[in-house]
Amino acid sequence: MQEPITVRIATLKVVSEPSVLVCRGLGSCVGVALYEKGSGIAGMAHILLPSEEFSLKKDMPEKFADKAIEMIVEQMVEMGAIKSRIVAKIAGGAKMFISVAPSADRVHVGERNVHAVKAKLKDLNVPILAEDIGGTRGRTMEFDTKTGRVKIHLADKTVRIL
Amino acid sequence: MVNRIALSKFQLDALVEVGNIGMGHAATSLSKMLTRKVQMTVPYINFLPVERLTEMFGNVEALVAGVYLEISGDARGKVLLLFPRDSALALADIIMNREVGSTTILSQIDQSALMEIGNILIGSYLTALNDFTGLKLRQSVPKLAFDMIGAVMDFLIIEISSVAEEALVIETQLTEPTNRIKGYVIFLFDPGSPELILKALGVDK
Repeated sequence: MQEPITVRIATLKVVSEPSVLVCRGLGSCVGVALYEKGSGIAGMAHILLPSEEFSLKKDMPEKFADKAIEMIVEQMVEMGAIKSRIVAKIAGGAKMFISVAPSADRVHVGERNVHAVKAKLKDLNVPILAEDIGGTRGRTMEFDTKTGRVKIHLADKTVRIL
Repeated sequence: MVNRIALSKFQLDALVEVGNIGMGHAATSLSKMLTRKVQMTVPYINFLPVERLTEMFGNVEALVAGVYLEISGDARGKVLLLFPRDSALALADIIMNREVGSTTILSQIDQSALMEIGNILIGSYLTALNDFTGLKLRQSVPKLAFDMIGAVMDFLIIEISSVAEEALVIETQLTEPTNRIKGYVIFLFDPGSPELILKALGVDK
């Protein structure tokens, strides 16, 4: 059994050996798991922002939905994956603090991240096999790259399987 | 806009002074509210780069109660108070006059009580800031989340990323006769506000 590899906030990880990749404490951030069915080539990103225009600092492209997903797919293909066989599972984009009087002018950052992730995946023709998004609770997303199975752990110890 | 805030010792001392006065006010208010002597100290205060925020607490899955509110008026910003799980539960026990350690889940009333504590703490700090600077500051109605610290904090990091590289972190320790309760206050000021505050304090160089 592998030691889980934590994919920290605003980073990504691509592997070709069977691994367990984990995004911990996802609130408004989105965890994206990508894998090629059967080959064990896979990647995971812990996404912070939709795209570059939302950040003051332009370094660390891994924190953006568009750049991170692109980078993972590229690296997976370099490792031998067939692009058309790549699939995704996503989780996160919660709204942790519920408004008593929601501010109409402020876009909810979690939702914004989810839209950006979905748009990029659609753009690359990567189907989303499963998702656990939105809501008001934090998630830890555990991704078994060999089976493609994703386990979502909540603070109260509830577990959901994607 | 100053993106990177490198505080001189002089400036840091000014903020610490405001912090101590603010916490003095808070301790008085809390002592009245809890009918027992509460002392507050500020062991740590500084600006931290965005990326370091979640690392501050080591384990991003540690449970915390987060109280969030926004500051408006002469300066603008967002504030997040964090109480690690045990401290949050102990605080709820103390407020509700229960034996410390008896609560394992926060009820709605407990949550309201924690939000009220948040109101008092931040209100005290803003009063102190007003005393020192004359800046008029208002705070919004607080909201609460009880969850893994990474999840509670990441929206703040997201917000910070678009306007600044750093946030002001004030570690606050609340001691009442039988317990030590730890809390952290993270201030995220909108662009221009840190400079405004330092200027109003008379320490903007």
